[in-house]
Parts: sequence; structure tokens; C-alpha cells
Amino acid sequence: MVLPKNLLKSREGQLVLITIVFYVAVGIASPSFLSFESMDSIITDTAILMIMACAQMMVILTRGIDLTVAANIALSGMVSALIAMHLPGTPLILVMSAAVLTGLVLGMFNAVLIALLGIPSIVVSLGAMAIYRGMVFVLSGGQWVNSQEMPASFTSFPLARVFGISNLAVIGLIICVLAVLMMRYTRFGRELYAIGGNPDATSYVGINIKKRLFAVYTITGLLGGLCGYLWVARYAIAYTEIALNFELLTVASCVIGGVGIAGGTGTVLGAVLGALFLGVLQNALPVMGISPFWQMAVSGTAILVAVIVNSRGKRQKGLQILRVSQ
Amino acid sequence: MEKNTATVIPNSLPVSFSDRFRSREALLLGLIAIVVVVNSLLSPYFLDVYNLLDSTQNISEKAMIVLTMTLVIISREIDISVASIIALSGVLMGAAAAHGADTWMILLVGLGTGTLAGLFNGLLVTQLELPSIIVTIGTMSLYRGIAFIILGDQAYTSFPASFEDIGQTYLVNGMIPTQLIAFVFFAIIFWIVLHKTIYGRRLYAIGNNPVGARYSGIRVNNYRLVLLTLNGVASAITAIFLVSRIATSRPNMAMGWELEVITIAILGGVSIFGGAGKITGVILAVLLIGLVQFGMQLINVPGVIMSIITGLLLIISLVLPIILSMFYKRRRA
Repeated sequence: MVLPKNLLKSREGQLVLITIVFYVAVGIASPSFLSFESMDSIITDTAILMIMACAQMMVILTRGIDLTVAANIALSGMVSALIAMHLPGTPLILVMSAAVLTGLVLGMFNAVLIALLGIPSIVVSLGAMAIYRGMVFVLSGGQWVNSQEMPASFTSFPLARVFGISNLAVIGLIICVLAVLMMRYTRFGRELYAIGGNPDATSYVGINIKKRLFAVYTITGLLGGLCGYLWVARYAIAYTEIALNFELLTVASCVIGGVGIAGGTGTVLGAVLGALFLGVLQNALPVMGISPFWQMAVSGTAILVAVIVNSRGKRQKGLQILRVSQ
Repeated sequence: MEKNTATVIPNSLPVSFSDRFRSREALLLGLIAIVVVVNSLLSPYFLDVYNLLDSTQNISEKAMIVLTMTLVIISREIDISVASIIALSGVLMGAAAAHGADTWMILLVGLGTGTLAGLFNGLLVTQLELPSIIVTIGTMSLYRGIAFIILGDQAYTSFPASFEDIGQTYLVNGMIPTQLIAFVFFAIIFWIVLHKTIYGRRLYAIGNNPVGARYSGIRVNNYRLVLLTLNGVASAITAIFLVSRIATSRPNMAMGWELEVITIAILGGVSIFGGAGKITGVILAVLLIGLVQFGMQLINVPGVIMSIITGLLLIISLVLPIILSMFYKRRRA
């Protein structure tokens, strides 16, 4: 009986339970929600969020926040869409590499400012997200790239199936597993926990914080680039406003998954489960016959509930010796 | 006999001329001068008093939130729900107007919504001791989400004429828009509060060391609650001016303004870590962004380009002092 108790005490266990209960409850009301197709589409829809939640988790773990992920997706997605449109003969792998490379460069730009110059990540990413989003407009001239202008090979990849599972879901799951392994078992991952827990002590121990942070933001940018291609190809459309406010969903996934905003605590699995919970929630709304306009308020409430639950039990207050006279 | 010289303590540290020259305000003034010169070269309509005053309408609306946001950030909090509060109180004002409310009632609904929304943020932050960035990420979705639930993709467009006058009136020979007057009024009040009163000094204390401030008898949570509520009120005032000027309210209005407001405050020299920043710097940053925006409008540059420039200005204003100080250090070494 020890194992189940511990499982339910952990955020991951609670999330799995809540997600399953919610999923089954909606499924009882409308059985089509429990079908394999529906499960498949939830995973496919949520894959990009799961990938970026892993990335955001690393950033939040090291006491930062990266608000550029959505703008990065839009810009690298647009780059890949424009290449596919103007040079239809380009092999898919090159188009994808272009998107990944774009994301990498954007991530390195953030990394230089945040890790090397020491400017707070929230400020850098606020500025950078405006710049990247604006560059999408400049590159595309404000035009849309729609599905007719993209070659079939470009748009069919994310939904093509291997063993009955879409490529998008496969890529998402592989990256999540790699992220879990990296953060849990590699030296780099453990060092990130150390940085988040106590940066001063970490640097006394001899870990080069600047290098590690540089890597964190660069990896986040790289994953953003990959997701940029996946997003544009999945929805077969590229325009300036794609993935608007998506960065907040990645932060929300982490908070729901129990990643501490003060750094140093949380797991990749939690962040991924948080993303999955949001995915189930969003897919359940239309099934329950609730207007899509409710989506925003529901995810806002989910974030607030999660953060309130997070704060329970681990309060650290300064010790107050004297009573305040009322 | 001992000499008494050691007890003479100056009120402030000596400030050399080169310190002033390297200050945030000097940097902003320099940038403003460059922008004025470039803009007047680009367009003959730029240096025109009527045009310049008219152009303040748009920026003054945002700038009212910048003032309260400055206080919020100085006391080490942040609020990214402001644009959503604008949308929510805008939509509720529209709903009130659609149900036949008169202008006073509409204003009451708008201000009430903003106050309650800000208070809710404040209560979550102070009573449950949650970090304000996460709370306001949540309420940002929640407030705009409620606006979407109420109105979907529709818009309210009918308002009483006396309500529309609020944002569409120009005073003093039809030159100065009401927004500018309101902004100047609030800017003076906030300058006095922050720099000339004990409350302002306490905000710096809270921002520099909240625990230390608490131990020295400052009721830190009361200040946080008041500031976050004030931010909601300021957003409601912005909503009133915005909705009455364009005579429309829809759930997706003021999208992304929270970032612009925070950007202007940081650009004005407010430290994101709290504890530092001046109203004068923030006002100069408002002026800078306003002039850049106006210049771009004159030469028909789309708004998205403007956001690139805002972002670049923010990053340059942060990187430049760092690079300059590296340069100075190297010269001294």
C-alpha cells in the first residue's frame, strides 16, 4: 500500500488520476470521446504543447521564463513555409532543418542576452517576442501561406502514420522521453536542478552557470524551430498570428505539472502531464457541447487552481517574532 | 576635544556630472532627440503642434497603466492581466450601454469591474501568497475568457453620445485631447506619491527587500493589495477612454497591451527585480514610444513594425549600459 499512497502524494500521480477521471467522466456523457480515434487526436493535438512544455520546464527550473517560444514557432514556421512555397522541390529534411536552424539562431540570440550578458529572461523575452513576431510579418509581407501553396509532402508529414500513430505524436513522445531521461539521469540535467535550487552554491561547486543557461535557451530555441515546422505543416497554414499566446500555455503546463516558478523543483513528466491535461480539457469542451469561447476562461481557471494547489504545504515564511498590533 | 566632522552625513551621495550623463534619463533624452530629428526629416507633418498633440491620444491611454505598473514593478510584483481587464471592463460597459444604462452607470460598471479584477489579483497574491506573475497569467486568460463568453466574436457599438464625448473631446481651442490631460494629471500625482511621500519610499523598501521591509514595520501585503487593485482601476480608466474614443467594445481589444505597458516601464528604467525606477524616466519612455509610433504612422509603417522597434528599443536600452560599463572598466584597467 506504500506505492499507491506515494503515487497520490506526488503531483504526477494526482495529475494522472485527475486527467483519467475527467476523461472517463466526459466519456460516459459522450462515449465517442473514449474511442481510439479521439485519444489519437488528443495526443496529436497536444504533441507540440508537450514538446514546448519540456523546454519551458528547463527554463523555469533554472529560474527563468521564455516568452518567445510562440513567436519562435511563428517565425521558424513561416521560414519553412516560405521555403516550401518558393522552392517546392526542396527535400523535406532540408525544409525541416531550415526551421530548426532558424529556431536555434533565435534561441542563441536569447541565450547571449540572458546567459552571457545577465539580463533578466522575462525582459529579454518580452522584447524578443515582439521582434520575432514582427519579423514574421516582414518576411511574409503580411501575407498568408495557405495549404494550396504548400507542397503535399510538406503538409502530409505530421499526420502521416507509423504503426497507426501520427508522426507528430511519435516525435512528441520521443522528445518527452528524451527530456525525462536527460533531466533525470544526465549530469547536465542534474546541474540544471542545482542551478535552480541555489545558483551561488552551484557556481562555488565549479559548474559554469553561463554555459548551462546558454545551452538551456539554445535547446529551447531549437525545439521551438522544430515545432514551428510541425505547427505550420499540421495546420497547413502560416500567417503572422499563428500560435498567439501559446507561450502562456507552455507556462501553464509547467505550473499545472507542479514545476515551481521559483526554480529548482519539478519534473519533466509533470510538465508533460500538465500539457496533456490542458489538451484533454480543450478537446473535451466541444464534445461536451460548450462553445469554444469558453476555452480561454477554462484554461485560466485551471492555471489558478493549479497554482493554488501548488502553494499548499510548502510555504516558507520569514519568522515573525512580534505580533502586529491590530 | 574631538572634532565633530564625522557626524555630518549628506542627504544623498554625491552625483558627478558623468554619472548624470550616463543615467537612464540622459539615454532616453538622447534617443528622443534622435527620433525627433529623424522623424522631422522623414515627414514634413511631424513638427506640427496640432498633429503632435493629436498623436498623444493613443499613447496616453496606455500610459495611464504604465504609471501604476511602475509602482507595481518597483515593489517587486508584476501584472500581466491589465489588457484582459481592459477587455473585460470594456465588454461589460458595452453590455451596460446595450441595456440602456446612462453614462454615469456605464462609468460605474467600468470602474467597478476594473477594481474588482485588480482586487481579485491582489487577494490571490496577498492572501494565498502566490507569485504575481503566475496569478496574473491565470487571470489574464480568465478575464479575457469571461469577455469572450459574454460576447463571442460580436461587438457592442452603441453608446450614449455623452459617453463617447469622454474620449473624443479636445480641450483648449480643440487642441489637447482629454486623454493627454488625464495622463498629465495622473503623472503628477504619481510623481508626488512615489518621490515625495513616505508611501513612495516604502515601495522602494518593499522592492529591495520585502522581508526586511516587513520587519521594519511596513505592512507589505497591504501595499501589494492596494497596488494590484490600483492597476485594475487604471486599466478600467484606460478602457473608458479607449471604448469611448472608438465607440466599440469587443473581447479581443487591447490584445498584447500588457507587454507594451511593461516594456515602456522597463524602458523607462524601472528594474524588473524591483526597488529601482523613477516616474521621470517612465514619462520619457512614454514620450519616446509615442513619438516613434507617431512618426511611423506618418510614413505609413504598419503597426507590427512598430512592435519590432519597441522590442529593439527595450533590448538596446538594456544592452547599451552593460556594454558601456564594460568599455569604461576596460579603459580604467
